[in-house]
Formats: sequence, structure tokens, C-alpha cells
Amino acid sequence: MFENLSLLALQEYWWLIISVLGAALVFLLFVQGGQTMIYKLGKTEIERKMIVNSLGRKWELTFSTLVVFGGAFFASFPLFYSTSFGGAYWVWMAILFAFIIQAVSYEYRTKANNFLGTKTYETFLFINGLLATVLLGAAVATFFTGSQFSVDFNRLTDLTSGEMPIISSWETPFYGLEAIWTTSNLAFLTNLSLGLAVFFLARLLANLYFINNIDDDTLYERNLKCLKNNSIVFLVFFLFFVIRLMFIDGFAVNETSKEVFMQPNKYFHNLIEMPIVLILFLVGVVLVLFGIYKALFKASKKGIWFSGSGTFLTVLALFFIAGYNNTSFYPSTFDLQSSLTIENSSSSHYTLTAMSYVSLMVPFVIAYIWYVWKAMDNEPITKQEVEEDNHMY
Amino acid sequence: MEHIDFSLVDWSRAQFALTALYHWIFVPLTLGLSFIIAIMETLYVKTGNPEWKRITKYWMSLFGINFAIGVATGIILEFEFGTNWSNYSWFVGDIFGAPLAIEGIMAFFMESTFIAIMFFGWNKVSKKFHLLSSWLVAIGSNLSALWILVANAWMQNPTGMQFNPETARNEMVDFWSILFSPVAINKFLHTITSGYVLASIFVIGISAWYIIRKREVILGKRSIVVAGTFGLIASLYLAFTGDGSAKAVAQYQPMKLAAMEGLYHGSENAPLVAIGILDDVEINVDEDHFIAELPIPGALSMLAFGDFDAFVPGIYDLVHGNEEQGIISYQEKIKIGKKSIDALKAYKVAKKEGNTNEAEKQLKIFKENYKYFGFGYYAGHDPHELIPPVKITFYAFHIMVSLGTYFILFFALMLFYTLKNKIQDKNFILKLAVWTIPLAFISQEAGWIVAEVGRQPWVIQDLMPTIAAVSKIATTNVIITFFLFLAVFTALLIAEFKIMLTQIKKGPEEISKN
Ligand code: HDD
Ligand code: HEM
Ligand code: HEM
Repeated sequence: MFENLSLLALQEYWWLIISVLGAALVFLLFVQGGQTMIYKLGKTEIERKMIVNSLGRKWELTFSTLVVFGGAFFASFPLFYSTSFGGAYWVWMAILFAFIIQAVSYEYRTKANNFLGTKTYETFLFINGLLATVLLGAAVATFFTGSQFSVDFNRLTDLTSGEMPIISSWETPFYGLEAIWTTSNLAFLTNLSLGLAVFFLARLLANLYFINNIDDDTLYERNLKCLKNNSIVFLVFFLFFVIRLMFIDGFAVNETSKEVFMQPNKYFHNLIEMPIVLILFLVGVVLVLFGIYKALFKASKKGIWFSGSGTFLTVLALFFIAGYNNTSFYPSTFDLQSSLTIENSSSSHYTLTAMSYVSLMVPFVIAYIWYVWKAMDNEPITKQEVEEDNHMY
Repeated sequence: MEHIDFSLVDWSRAQFALTALYHWIFVPLTLGLSFIIAIMETLYVKTGNPEWKRITKYWMSLFGINFAIGVATGIILEFEFGTNWSNYSWFVGDIFGAPLAIEGIMAFFMESTFIAIMFFGWNKVSKKFHLLSSWLVAIGSNLSALWILVANAWMQNPTGMQFNPETARNEMVDFWSILFSPVAINKFLHTITSGYVLASIFVIGISAWYIIRKREVILGKRSIVVAGTFGLIASLYLAFTGDGSAKAVAQYQPMKLAAMEGLYHGSENAPLVAIGILDDVEINVDEDHFIAELPIPGALSMLAFGDFDAFVPGIYDLVHGNEEQGIISYQEKIKIGKKSIDALKAYKVAKKEGNTNEAEKQLKIFKENYKYFGFGYYAGHDPHELIPPVKITFYAFHIMVSLGTYFILFFALMLFYTLKNKIQDKNFILKLAVWTIPLAFISQEAGWIVAEVGRQPWVIQDLMPTIAAVSKIATTNVIITFFLFLAVFTALLIAEFKIMLTQIKKGPEEISKN
């Protein structure tokens, strides 16, 4: 069935999958958001224990989603994988280190004789929460603001020039870190505002998640208060980012010549030209706000489901306007024609087809994750449970 | 090519080796222990005996400690292909990315989802569903091994692909031949069974420690029976699949085989060196380098090709060629490879100029010579640079094989005395069991050193050398991350080790109370 699709259709399908994984990942970053509030919310050891255990049953899901996001990107758009990871080295390394220290922290935090001490593991969790969200947000923002790299296939066969035969080359000595201070086109503001928006979004989602997942009155009150503050700050950064995004020049691709050129208000045009995406975006934003509203003003514990699905839709829409409608999803400001598009960076027809069959497993995976989540979280976490059970983080 | 930055290449290799070797400390234990736990829990559900539940929960708690750090060290490997081997990621991403993605979708989600039930679900789901979850964790972890090993096997024996000159990369044309390549099958079976062996030794060693202390004698004996049986079967199969791996190496990577055996001069009826010591000179391939050796005549020919009269090429033959045996010299291969690279370049130029005739001619030359494409990057270099480090490969191989043989005896011995109910009186054997644990880890690391050091300098056998695979980043950056990894991983390893020991000392009484 997939083999009959055109290459372009497969590329579009795989951009959809990448977008879905990216959107799911941003939603699941609530784990990271929660990790930055362990001490803010939990004033006693038992409260912190509830928080950590509530997050501890979800962290692997976020982690695996990140891993699959990476793997799927590798398989479907390998040129992005080699150019971005091999170039924006420090950004990705920082993100990875943040995840390395997270992975052990839950299991080792309260174990006897754990060498580094409980506080250190809690600090690890905090660092992970901060770096992963801000840097992932900033990295995704470069999908709109561009990076400084060049891609030249001829290097592979160049045995005489004295250069290494490497196709992708990053053109700054900071290997990606420059994203947070590049002033040209005020890129750093755009990048940072998305990074910080993701950070506060993760925190507010965590508040909503705790409200749903932990049955404890004191924590409930504190979460509400926190939710209010996080939401306000989030909105400031998010609005700033969206408004800037609508006004900046975007990286458009000429449909016939495939040349990349700068087009004023490109991302605004993308929304208008793809009304479905516009609707997704608007519905998403409204849902995020509605979830917050329900929690703050209606004493609802179900806010996470609204804000969560709203986050998913909003991020989905952002990925769509980055990659669809003749847009370069990983643009180069160093050499415009090196910019990556879903057409020039993808795998072959054969591989995309094979992988598309694999993607049919995804609904099945989501189904069992859903089932297990329900089975485990039917009852919210209570003080009593955390005190009694012995396999606890 | 005078400006190849070898220090960049070497640091990138060092970093990959470091992170991979760390990952491999934890992975084999996960692979095996997950099955042992599932078997124990099955016994619990079958017999309803709460002692089995206690035993299951105890090993599960050690599993959790190991699993966390296994995951921590794994994520970096996946992304390192991009961060440090960026050219590689493009050159073969069309093929190599797929197994990685499939691994994530198929295996990692399964593992991480059901592990939540395994640890936290005892009172939340039914007994049967809990048991199912434990089995799914085991299956998930072994599935992840399958896909990553398929990817690795493909690098050792690239098949099922075709080079696309337009995109300057290899593209997949046959998924199944990649999945079912003989190298992949052998690699997968040998590697997962090595995990079962290690985990069995781990369980037996710790059980023995309890028995020595006269604590938890029942738990200890029962665990030894389960792990001993599992381990004995696995270790026999391990030797069998190891033999299969060696045959695959002989066929597809003759230079690796020569390095594994320290074989400088090939011959028919080639001897297998059971024990040997090599001198320091490796560059001079004209001579043999054993200071001392214990050869078994003809055994290598038999082992590698199933025929005492088969010719096994040595390092000298491979570098200088051997007309009689139809082996082309490295110098010749470098020429062929260079021809291929140059033709590809000329093809691109012709294509751009619209000169179709010329383009076609060059494309033909390119294809005819593609087989040794990677050698072309060594034009102007001394072909001896293409020899892998012989000593490391040789010793690593011999350590692995000797230990493999020992493990079979070890399992047999442990099972024998435990079933005879005499194990508690055999202090020496119990102590031996404790000391066998580190040996199991050593054989694991040795195995990968054989596989990976022995194939240097190839990332993709004959097609892509490390110098053409790296990311172009200033070397200092890689040096910094290398030491960061060293520091972080070592700290985490120490933490894991201390926690593990403390949990073992505490014992099951305290760990699995309810
Ligand atoms: C408990 C660990 C262990 C033990 C006792 C053995 N192996 Fe092994 N071996 C491995 C663990 C391992 C491994 C870590 O799983 C490797 C590394 C790469 C691979 O495919 O498996 C490996 C690789 C490996 C290779 C290289 C494969 C390649 O380069 O593709 C060969 C030829 C053998 N083994 C052969 C043997 C033989 C003949 C053994 C005798 C009993 C043996 N191994 C025992
Ligand atoms: C260079 C190659 C490798 C890469 C890129 C890699 C990648 C990863 C990643 C990303 C994880 C974390 C998964 C999670 O989110 O749960 C992981 C864990 C794991 N990997 Fe690897 N891995 C490599 C080598 C291997 C090998 C050779 C095997 C087995 C033969 C293996 C088996 C496992 C298993 C069983 C886990 C589960 C966690 C644990 O180790 O306890 N990996 N790996
Ligand atoms: C977890 C088990 C593994 C271990 C312990 C291991 C070990 C090593 C070692 C020691 C090296 C360095 C060789 C040298 O530079 O002399 C190396 C290199 C490498 N290995 Fe592995 N390896 C493992 C699994 C894998 C897998 C599964 C893959 C691919 C799927 C892989 C791909 C590579 C690559 C790309 C390099 C760098 C290029 C090179 O130096 O050849 N490794 N590995």
C-alpha cells in the first residue's frame, strides 16, 4: 500500500510522524517541568516523595519518546541527523547529558549508600528539567530562525583540497550554542522565547498533572498557586514568540527550481494557506487555556487532559508550518541553498516505505501505553501508599 | 588528503569506545536477568509458593538498579552517530537509521511501559497480567538487542543496499537481506546468549555469597538451580554461536580473523593458537610475532572453514596479496578505491555540464570499482595503516574463548553440587562462584573489543573508513566531551556499584517485605 505513494507523499507522511512524536514529546515534558518544582511544591520529605513517585512512573515514557523521536528522525531525514547533531554539537550534548543524569536519579535518589547523596540526585532532576526544556525549545526555534552550516556533497569525493571529506560543516566555533546570542534578525530572542515558553509550559502542565495524579490537599493548594504564576509567565513568552514568528521572514522553497529564498511573513502565510493547520493551532491554544481555566476557576482535576491535548495540537501545528507548504524546516543562514527541506534531506523511497509499514505499529503501542497508564493511575497517589510500598523512589 | 585530522578521528573513536563499553557493562545483565526473573515469577504463579515471589522480587530490585544506568548510557550511543559520526549518518543513514527507529518503536516503549507494572503493579493488576508484563520486559529488551545488532552486523557485512550517485549515499534495496544476513543472525544469537551467561553467573555468584554467610540458603539454592540450568544451556549454545561468529568473520572479514589469531602468514592446515604471547612489533608483517605459542595444528582451518586443508590468509597475505590464492594486495585495492572515488567525482562534473555520455562512462567505472571504495581514502598512505591493532584483538579473543570454556565447566559444577545438595559444604566452589562474576564482565567487554577493534579502520567494511566517517568539529570539543563522559559515567558506575552491594548485603529480608 505505501509503495504506491510518491516519494513526496512519503516525505510528507514522515514529516507528519516526526511532528506527532515531537508534539507528544513536548506534552510529556511535564515530567521535566515537575522536576523543577520538587522543592517548591514539596515542603516535607513525604510530600517530595509523592511528587517524585508521581513523576517516576512517567519519566521513562518521556525518555523513550525522545529516543524514538531521534531514531525516527535518523531513519526518515538522515541529512538532518548528520547536519544538526554533528554540527550543533554542544546544544545536543547538553541535552543528552541532562538526560543521562536524569535516568539514574529516580532509582538512586533514596537508595542507601548512593554515593552522591539524595540532594545531588534531586539537583540532577532539576538540571534535567531546566536544560531539556529550554534547550529543546530553543533547538526547535532554530527551525524558524536558521543556523550557520553548509552542506556540500562534493566534499565526499574531494581527495585533493586538503579538507576532510565531510559533507556537513558547521560554520561557527560555538557548535550550536550561538543560537542563544545570535543577534542577526534578533534570532536569539525568538529562540530563547520559545525555550522559555516550553519551560513554563512544562511546569504548568506538571501542576495540572499533579492535581490529577496526587490526592493531597496541601499539595493541591500549592499546585494551584504555582499554576497561576507559571501560566502567566508562559503566556508572555509564548505570545512573544508567536507574534515574532508571524512577522519574521521565513525560509521558503521555490516549487519548481527548489531554490530557497527569504519570504516576508512566510509562517503567517503558511497558516493562512493551510487552513487546517490554522484551525489545529487555534484549537490547540484554546484547549491549553481552557485546561488552565478549568483548574483555576472550576476546581476541576481534569485540566491536564485539555491542556495536554492542546499542547499536542499546538506543537503539531508549529511543526507543520516549519516543514510543509514549500518551507525549509532546517534552514541555513550561512548558505541559503544548504537549507534542509523534507525533500532534500529524506531517506529513499524504499526506506520510507519500509518504515511506513513499521509506523503502523504506532497505534498499537499507544494503545498499550494507554492501557497500562490507566491500570496504574486509576487511583491517585496518596501519602499512605507512598509510606507503605517498598519499591518507591 | 594530507590534512586528515587524525587526532579528531582518534578522539571520536575513543569517545565511542568509552561510551559503548560502559553501556555494555549493564546491557548483558538486563538481557539475561529479565528472563531469569520471568522464569522465577512463572514458578511463583505456577506453584503459588510465596517464597518464589520473594525470590522474584529480590532479583527484580537488583534488576532495577542496573536498568536505570543501562538506559542512561544507552541514549548517548544513539545520538553519537549524529554528533560524532555525522558523515557516516548520511552515507548509510538510509539503511542504518531504520533499525534504530524500529528498535525504539518496537522495543524501548515495550520495555519502559511494562517495567512500570513489573515494579509498581503487584497490587494493581492481576497476577497473570503481572507475569505477562515481566515476560514482555524480557522480550522487549531482547528485541532491542536484535535491532541494534542487525545494525551493527550490517556495518561488518554491508548487504541489501545500492549506492545512489545522485544523493552520494547508500540506499536500502532489500530489507530482508539486511535482517537475515548470516552475520546478523550469528551476532544476535551469540550476543544475547552471552547476556544469559553473564546474568546466570551474576545470580549464582550472589547466591553463593549468601550461602557462604549461611543466610538465605533456600533462596540461594533455588536461584542457583534456575540460573545454573539456564546458564549451562546458554553457555553451550554460546560456544556454538561463537563458532558460527568465527566462521562469519573468516568469510567476511579475513583481516579481523588474522588479527584474532595473530596469524601473519597464512597457510593451508593453519594452526589454532590456543595460548600465545605476541612481541611488540606489529608493523613489520613479514615475520611472525609469537614469543611463545601453543598451536593446535590444522584447527584454525577447520574452525574457520570446516576443512583442514582450507587456506587461511594471514596479515601478510592480505596486505601484500597472494596471487596463488587470488588475494589482491591492499595497494591494489587502494588504487581501485581511488578510481571509484575519482569516477564518482567526474560523474558529478559531467552531469552538471550536461555531458551524458561522459557521465555514463564514469558511472560505469565508478560501479565496477565500488567494492573497494573506502580504500580510496588511503591513497598516498602506507597500506600498513589499514591493519587493525593485532595484539589487543588477539588477547581479547583468547580471553573470551578461554573464559567461555571455563563457564561451561563452572555451570556444570554448580548445578551438580546444588542438585546433590552438597553445595553448602563446598566453600571453595562457592568462593569461586563469587569471583566468577567479574570474569563474566571481562569476557563481555573482550567480545566487543574483538568485534570492533578487529575491524579497524572500517566503520563500514571496505566502504567507509573512520577518517571519512567523523563529524567535522574541532578536536578540543571532542576531548572535552570525552572527559565529561568519563567523569559522569564513572561517578554513576561507582554509585551503581555501591547501591548494588548495599542492597545485596541488606538481603531479601529487607528488600522484599510485602
Ligand atoms: C559472556 C561473554 C562471552 C563469551 C564467554 C564468549 N563470547 Fe564471543 N562475543 C561476546 C561475548 C562472549 C559478545 C560481547 O557478545 C560479542 C561481541 C560482538 C558480538 O557479536 O558478540 C562476541 C563476539 C565474538 C566474535 C566476533 C564476532 C564479530 O566480530 O562479528 C567471535 C568470533 C566470538 N565471539 C567467538 C566466541 C567463541 C568461539 C567463544 C567460546 C566459547 C565465545 N565467543 C565466548
Ligand atoms: C551503539 C549501539 C547502541 C545504541 C545506539 C543503543 C541505544 C540505546 C538507548 C537509546 C537505550 C535507552 C532506551 C530507553 O529509552 O529505554 C538503550 C538501552 C538498552 N540497550 Fe542499547 N544501544 C546500543 C548498543 C546496545 C547493544 C549492542 C545491545 C544489546 C545487544 C543493547 C541493548 C540495550 C538494552 C537491553 C537496553 C535497556 C536498558 C539496559 O541496558 O538495561 N544496546 N540502548
Ligand atoms: C554495546 C556494545 C558495544 C561495544 C562495547 C562496542 C565497542 C566498541 C569499541 C571498543 C570501539 C572502538 C574501536 C576502536 O576505535 O579501536 C567501537 C567503535 C565503534 N562501534 Fe562499537 N561497540 C558496541 C556496539 C556497537 C553497535 C551495536 C554499533 C552499531 C550499531 C557500533 C558501532 C560502532 C561505531 C560506529 C564505532 C566507531 C567507529 C570505529 O571506531 O570503528 N558499536 N565500538
